[in-house]
Amino acid sequence: MYWRNLINATDPWQEMTRLQRDMNRLFDDFGTSTRRTFPAVNIWSNDEAVMITAELPGLDSNDIHLSVLDQNVVIEGNRRQAELKEGERYHRQERGIGEFKRTIQLPFPVNTENVNARVSNGILIVTLHRAEQDKPRKIEIKAS
Amino acid sequence: MATNEKTIQKKETENIQKTERTRSGRVFTPATDIIETNNDIVLLADMPGLTKENIDVKLENNQLTIQGYVNPEIPKEYLLSYSEYDVGDYYRAFTLSDTIDQGKIEAEYKNGLLLLRLPKAEKAKSRQIAVNVD
Repeated sequence: MYWRNLINATDPWQEMTRLQRDMNRLFDDFGTSTRRTFPAVNIWSNDEAVMITAELPGLDSNDIHLSVLDQNVVIEGNRRQAELKEGERYHRQERGIGEFKRTIQLPFPVNTENVNARVSNGILIVTLHRAEQDKPRKIEIKAS
Repeated sequence: MATNEKTIQKKETENIQKTERTRSGRVFTPATDIIETNNDIVLLADMPGLTKENIDVKLENNQLTIQGYVNPEIPKEYLLSYSEYDVGDYYRAFTLSDTIDQGKIEAEYKNGLLLLRLPKAEKAKSRQIAVNVD
């Protein structure tokens, strides 16, 4: 997945599992158009933090539930269908509806106290910071 | 695989009225719901990432055109390390019938969702006709 350039780039087993997972996802999607990965995410990162963005049009902050556990971020929610009154009908219905849940695995454990999430014009932006104990530490070398 | 998902999630516009664009970047067709009620036609379009000022709704010769121009926000000090969706402008056009009262169209943009309310003209509203029995 996305952090393969970041950490453990040399671990062949991790690369294998990643490939397998990607293949499974491909086959899961095949033929069942209703089971799409939603929401689509973009992930921005640096050494200290990760920023996840997702397009969730029509949802406000109360409709989206976010949880963080170890290295996983879970985004879930429900896209409700407009309730039709008597005499109303759909001519076209293209917008997705229903419950969704997506788990994203991060390249490092995060500080769960320092997670920043906001929704702006239908875009969810979650910023997560790397856990302090996981950060690389510079070790002084003393000359004797 | 990321490209595969992209094509599933967002539909790119195939043809923009055969005119050429003066802006670079991709253009997407927003997913749209159209609901007819007794008094109006309601149009809901998914157009995340815009502001009210960057949305252009135009009506000309019964053609309703929706356009949205994005100013993509690129986070500073971050690198894009994984991508499933692209950001781009939005474009979609609909042909309306004469039954819409074109002077009373309302538009609203909230949470990345554009809502257009197209009121039906008086003559097009269905009327209940009472039948008298002697």
